[in-house]
Amino acid sequence: MREKRIDHAEAASEFIASTEHVAFHDRRLWDLRKKRDRESESIPEWEELRRLASAIKEHTLTHLADYLEEFERNAIANGARVHWAVDAIEHNEIVLDILRNRGAKTLVKAKSMLTEECDMRPFLEKRGVTVIETDLAERIQQLDDEPPSHIVVPSVHKLRQDVAQVFGRTIGTDPTNSDPHYLAESQRQNTRPYFVGAEAGMTGANFAVAETGSIVVCTNEGNADLSVNVPPLYIASVGVEKLIPRVRDLGVFVRMLSRSALGSPITQYTSHMRAPRPGTEMHIVLVDNGRSERLGMADFWTSLKCIRCGACMNTCPVYRRSGGLSYGATYSGPIGVIIDPTFSLRKYSNLPFASTLNGSCSNVCPVKINIHEQIYKWRQVIAERGQLPFVKKQAMQAAGKVLASPKLYRAAVEGASAASEYLPRFMLYTRFNAWGRQREVPVAPQQTFRQWYIKNRGQPS
Amino acid sequence: MKVALFVPCFIDAFFPEVGIATLELLERLGCEVVYPLDQTCCGQPMANNGCEEEAAGAEALFVRNFSGFQYIVAPSGSCIHHVRDHFTAVEQTEEVKQLRRNAFELVEFLHDVLKVEAFPWAEFPHKVGLHNSCGTLRGLRHAKATEVSEPFFSKPLDLLSKVKGIEFVTPDRPDECCGFGGTFSLFEESVSANMGHDKVSDHKRAGAEYIVSADSSCLMHQKGCAERLGLDLRFMHISQILNGARE
Repeated sequence: MREKRIDHAEAASEFIASTEHVAFHDRRLWDLRKKRDRESESIPEWEELRRLASAIKEHTLTHLADYLEEFERNAIANGARVHWAVDAIEHNEIVLDILRNRGAKTLVKAKSMLTEECDMRPFLEKRGVTVIETDLAERIQQLDDEPPSHIVVPSVHKLRQDVAQVFGRTIGTDPTNSDPHYLAESQRQNTRPYFVGAEAGMTGANFAVAETGSIVVCTNEGNADLSVNVPPLYIASVGVEKLIPRVRDLGVFVRMLSRSALGSPITQYTSHMRAPRPGTEMHIVLVDNGRSERLGMADFWTSLKCIRCGACMNTCPVYRRSGGLSYGATYSGPIGVIIDPTFSLRKYSNLPFASTLNGSCSNVCPVKINIHEQIYKWRQVIAERGQLPFVKKQAMQAAGKVLASPKLYRAAVEGASAASEYLPRFMLYTRFNAWGRQREVPVAPQQTFRQWYIKNRGQPS
Repeated sequence: MKVALFVPCFIDAFFPEVGIATLELLERLGCEVVYPLDQTCCGQPMANNGCEEEAAGAEALFVRNFSGFQYIVAPSGSCIHHVRDHFTAVEQTEEVKQLRRNAFELVEFLHDVLKVEAFPWAEFPHKVGLHNSCGTLRGLRHAKATEVSEPFFSKPLDLLSKVKGIEFVTPDRPDECCGFGGTFSLFEESVSANMGHDKVSDHKRAGAEYIVSADSSCLMHQKGCAERLGLDLRFMHISQILNGARE
């Protein structure tokens, strides 16, 4: 069955219809962007750090097999068990196996985009495992049965009144009380018993260090540490691109991660998980799920450098107006726009067009991914593979023909259409009315520049 | 100095005054300006939609019109960004590579090549908000973008500062995209209009009487937004002010 294309424009206009939500969303994320600017400006070597981070990641990705093997060797030597998952299904089955082998029925987990990508929670829940998200915003999304809308601040599209409604409906708090302290405390009281009773804990990974075989997780709530250290079983799900060679490389990334993400110098907790506590188990699942294939794509492989800081989303004027859920994918915003098509070209073929190619994303990216250039490149791939919407393709063919011919062009702009008060259709292609719904239509002048030039300066050829 | 003038399709059709100001300004500054009469477009509209094949005809025509000139100057940053960075639908012969290197946007031509020190004929006693379009700001590096840690510079401000009486205002988000984005403005109409409305409101709050830019396409979009919102803002291409426009 052919997958339906995500209609970003349509979903975005639904989000924008709530003026209160879109204004808050835009303001909140712009605030993060401003804080990020202050932090980056306060570090004289910021651009040097970006160059270093990019170089370390490119080096690692071009020697990935070696570093993965080194990581595995060291992790096993530390007493962890290492699993390899080729795709999402295999990842989920491995996790289920680990849980079943220990008879674990409850899993407390920290935020992990990889497990979202694998659709793990519904998979486990269908098979009798209770999964509890322990990150506050991720828990809000879980209770509201919605995916995260942002990779760092998953419920940023919700007002606190929305959260009060969700909690009122699901954990029995007062739906009219939207005091953030009340809501956070309610969530804490609701979640803590699960920590205490959980039979297994899970985290993703911000980094996996080959030299030490350890997992590094950065959080602000300490929930990952509780998820790891309370239950007798710990599982880390790690995308293979999260590898870095040495502990000393970490400094470069840790200095930039939270500054880029939230504009704060560092996360509250930067935790290194190296070996299981005595009497417990530690499992690491290394997941490919399309990453090797992406690594082989000449124009797109550097997207694997991403450290998931979300800076590109915060700075993206389109993301800020449309909200993360409008992308219909695990990864939204600029970084999503360049990796989603690797999961399904057809389904996500509209996403690279949900951009003005303004390039701000590439400028904030701490690992210097040329995001907007990859967006541009994806458009070519989508057109080449016949995935452009029919009307757009037709319009481009018509425009290409007119603009390739001085005669046709002159007929179009100097003829009747230019004299009318409307833009010539060939310049607006399709959705002709779209311009005028929220903007005034420009009035075409009496003569073109060319006509003026011939009259005042030259002779017709 | 001999200069070939490229007046992009939408400026030709909708903003002839921008082409005229550019031509007159270059002439005032001592350039011999040639305007190839068979020009249309650089191919950007098709290429930006991924349609390389459909862009090839316009690009080939552009090559026929403009190859061999030492300087090709256009009053449009996004078009020059296309020529310089994305003009790949035609075969990359030595001639094409040369042409791509020789293409300049007006501001950078005045600033970097002619190194103009003064515009003695220009006076503009108004509050002006500068709009750096994304193609010129980040594509052509006209100015420091707020995301990048580096010393401040701005070629358009350097030039405009030489205009008598001009006063600048700075919006809260000086280099946020206005939401035009070519066909983005149609296919993503809601987001585009929302961005445009925010952009002109930001300028208005900062106290701008005029929004000035090196890109008429952004101005066209913002003008449409400001008129719809009923904001008293006027729009002018930088070439007009540097050429001595008075209002």
